[in-house]
This record gives sequence, C-alpha cells and structure tokens, in this order.
Amino acid sequence: MLTYIIRRILISIPTIVFVSIVVFGLQLLLPGDPALALAGEERDPQLIAELRRIYHLDQPIWRQYLIWVGNVLQGNLGESIRLKMPVGDLVTAKLPVTMQLASMAILIATCVGIPMGIVSAVKKETILDYGANVVALSGISVPSFWLGIMMILLFSVNLGWLPASGFVKPSESLSQNLKTMIMPAFVLSSVTTAIFMRHTRSAMLAVLRSDYVRTARAKGLREPRVIFRHALRNAIIPVVTLGAIQLGELMSGAVLTEQIFTIPGFGKLIVDAVFNRDYAVVQGVVLCTATGFIFLNLCADLIYFLVNPRMRG
Amino acid sequence: MVAVAATEDVLIQRPSAFRRLLRRKGAVVGLVVVVVFVTIALLAPWLAPYDPIATNFLLVRKAPSALHWLGTDEIGRDLASRLIYGARASLQAGVISVMIAIAFGVPLGLLSGYSKGWVDSLMMRIVDAFLACPFLILAIAMAAFLGPSLTNAMIAIGLTQMPIFVRLIRGQVLAVTVEDYVEAARALGNPHLRIAVRHVLPNIVAPVLVQATLAIAQATLAEAALSFLGLGQQPPEPSWGSMLNVARQFISQAPWMAWWPGLAIATVVLAFNLLGDGLRDALDPKEV
Repeated sequence: MLTYIIRRILISIPTIVFVSIVVFGLQLLLPGDPALALAGEERDPQLIAELRRIYHLDQPIWRQYLIWVGNVLQGNLGESIRLKMPVGDLVTAKLPVTMQLASMAILIATCVGIPMGIVSAVKKETILDYGANVVALSGISVPSFWLGIMMILLFSVNLGWLPASGFVKPSESLSQNLKTMIMPAFVLSSVTTAIFMRHTRSAMLAVLRSDYVRTARAKGLREPRVIFRHALRNAIIPVVTLGAIQLGELMSGAVLTEQIFTIPGFGKLIVDAVFNRDYAVVQGVVLCTATGFIFLNLCADLIYFLVNPRMRG
Repeated sequence: MVAVAATEDVLIQRPSAFRRLLRRKGAVVGLVVVVVFVTIALLAPWLAPYDPIATNFLLVRKAPSALHWLGTDEIGRDLASRLIYGARASLQAGVISVMIAIAFGVPLGLLSGYSKGWVDSLMMRIVDAFLACPFLILAIAMAAFLGPSLTNAMIAIGLTQMPIFVRLIRGQVLAVTVEDYVEAARALGNPHLRIAVRHVLPNIVAPVLVQATLAIAQATLAEAALSFLGLGQQPPEPSWGSMLNVARQFISQAPWMAWWPGLAIATVVLAFNLLGDGLRDALDPKEV
C-alpha cells in the first residue's frame, strides 16, 4: 500500500512541474511588451525600465521561469500590483470563503444527486427515471449564472426570503452566513448534482444486474436491504472518488457564482484581477487551483484504493 | 459457412449510423433545435425585426409587446433582434473554438499515440498539466492575457479544450495501431505519415465526432460565461452572455431582459448535449 501511495505521489510531481510551465507560459500570451501591459496607462520610460528590472523581463525566458519557480517554492507568488499585497496572503484570505461555498455545494449535490440516481436506477424507465434524467440534463445545460439570476429574481426580488448578494463571516453570525450562502451553494451544486445522479444511476444499473445481487434476491432478502446493503455499497465507490474531483471543478464554477452573488472568494479574486490587469494574482490563482486539483485527484485515487478491497488485494 | 452467412445477414440488416440516430427521440429533438438555431444565426439580417445595436431612449426597458416581442433593454434596443444576432456569436464561438481544439488536438494526439516512447510520455505530462487546470479558470486566465474580445475568447476556449482531444485521439490511436490492417499497412512498407492519415485517422472519426458535439455544448457555455464576465463579445455587439451580464443589473425593474438569453443558452447547450449523447449511442459498434 505504501509503495502505491509513494508511486502515486511521484507521478504527480512532473504534472505539477508542467502546470508551473503552463501557468508561467500564460504571460507569453500577452500581446506586445509585458512591461507596457503591466504599466497600464503609464508610459513613463523610467517606470517601464523599473518594471522590467523588478519582474526580470530583461532576462532570457528560461531564467525568468527559474526565478519565478524559485520564488513560488519559497511561498512567494508575487505581489498584487493593485492591492499592494503578497498574492499568497490574498489567496489564503479568500480560499476559506470559496472552500465553504464548494463544501456546501458538494453536500447539496450528495444529498440530492445520489438519492436521485438510486431512485432512477431502481425505477428504471418509469416517470421517476425520466424526471430524474430531465433534471440531470438541465443541470449540465442550464448556465449557472442564469440559474443564479433567476433564483435571485424568485427568492430575493419576488419572495424576499433570501438576500440577493453579500457575505457574512460565520464567526460574525452563522445564521446570516448560511442565509447568504445557501442560494449560491445551490446554484454551484447544479452541475455536480447532475453528474452525481448520472454516475450513481449507471453504477447502480451495472451492480443491480450482477450475480451477487441476483443471489441476494434469490435468498429472499427484502428489496431495501438488497439495494442499500449489497448494491449501493459497491456502486457508491466510483461516486466517492468522483466527489473529490468534483470539489476541484467546483472551485472553477465558483468564479461565476461568486461574481453573481458578490461573494468575496477565490473566484471573485481572479475576475477582479483580470480587470485590474493584476497578472501575478491571475497566475497565483491558476497555480493554486491547479495544484489543489492535482492534490484532490491524488486523494481521489487514494480513497479509491482504500475503499475498494479488490485494489488492495 | 452458415456462420458466415448469418454474420453477413446481421451486417446487411444493421441500419446506418444516421438511421440509428434518427431512432433516438432525444437526439432528433437536439438535431432539430440545432438546425433551427443555426438557421436563425445564418438568416439573422433577414429575421431580426430591428437593428440590434440601434438605441431608442423612448423605449427604455419596455416589457414584451406586439411591437417588441421580447421587450427592450436598458437603452431601448430590441431584445428579439439582439437575441437573433446573439445566436451568431454563441454558435460561432462554440463551433470555431472546437475547430481550433480539433485542429491542434488531432495531429498532436496522432503524434503522441503513434510515436509512443518519450514523445508520448512528454506530451501526456503536458496534457495532464492542462487538464489539471480547471477549464473555466484556465480559459479566463488565457482570455485575460490575450485581451477581451470574441476572437480571443474562442482561442482561449479552443486551447483549453485541446488537451481533451489529444488524450482522446491518443487513446484511440493506441487501440487502432495494434489492429491487423494497420500491421498489414506497415508490412507493405507504407510510410508512417500515410499509415496515420490513411489508415488510422478514418477509424477514429466516430469518437472525435461525438466528443466534438459535446465540446460545442461546453464551448457555447464557456463563451457565454466569458462574455458574462466581460471577456468575450464586447459591447455594443450582442451575445447571450453579455446580454445576461447587463440584465443582472436590472433584474428587479426588467426581469424579461434576463429570461430570453438564458433560455436560449440553455436550449442550445441542451440540444448539443442530446445530439452528442444520441451520436455516442448511434456510433457505438455494440449497438445494432
């Protein structure tokens, strides 16, 4: 088992190295001179020369990369030009907000998507199955930002039940925090709910056709016991690992959700940075998200290894 | 002999992929909706009742009426006309970005799968790195560095989708290159490029077609998201995503501004998803 874990961790290292190259390479997409782009409206030659020196833009590209990677390895992701703060500090400050949003979304997706998938598989080709499939297809087709706007229209503007935007820290008021986060979390969970439903359904259908489920039924076990004790326990394994990967995807989806509901998280940080031409922040956020995603993939593989007896055997 | 005859019977009776596609209700609905939206996009200048960028300050935020079927926006532009012209931006972005992804993804996937060895390993690590970056975040970052415009959004989405095609094609190539007909082509002394283009590529078209259809759905959503964030189509040109971005600010005064563009995006994306699912089933060799 230890050999597997070590091997799996070692495989992740080259991926992280290439991710760093991709993230660093983003700045090569900047049209024209990066120093001019960083200077923005300022066209002072002295400032531009200073920016070139600070950001090592006068160095060959490979040396620029090595300097950047060296700094990243020391925890220095650069400094935000606009906020005059280290990017690392900004990321650390915003990450918990997005993590809370993503965790709530994954909880909603689990509570809705998995039961829907079970019902859909057990009641295959009935109205319940068709209904669940329509919900799942809508989940992956309806843009989250439109769903968010429509929910604001219904629950905030028309019914007045929930606030349309804003964020309250849980330490200040947990109930207010939940009130501001429940709608964004529901919006963010829509795609994941659909994915959980579809995977649970197909895994359950495969398991329900297997010999051991037929044997369990032949032994006279009651249907709920067959479904929950025998079928679901095996069908849920790929969905559990999918959950870890989806948490990474939710970080991506949070960009739009945070923008609609004005939540000061990771996603809003990158969008604000884009409009402020704060490239160090953009690179920092992409690097952190990608590294987090690789880590979650690693966790997913390890969870799969731990929960699947055949893998350990 | 009997077995051969029976197999031939099955082969003769097996309907074409298009016929199998037409048997699936969902896929047919998807296909019809796609054709309708493509027609609307192509005939936009003739179908749109008004100029999509002509403002009229006497008609600011008017609800749907006989004159303006879908209402007007915050500066009196006709929403139906903007929606019709917006179909051009959305479908164009969906199709062109996928074409970019295929244009780069197919040769790179062929090279990776066909060459194997260190070239394959290196390319797969690069693909892993791209896939490790969440799709939308990478597309936003690329669009940010390239600058906000519809063309740059399409490039960003295309480049972000490319690794999926590289991996898919590489996998298919690895499966196909061990087939007898490829071995035979090699034994006959055909050059590698000829084998890859003439013998391998035609046999991996089906999964690429399925992935491309599903990728158009994802690209359409991504373009709408980028335009919603202000990184895609720039004003005053209409796009469904940017229309939603403006509508958000007037949600309590003019909710109709938000209804139509969102509904249009959801319908097109759903149609491409249905069509992609249908194509996957119809092109599956196990399906008879």
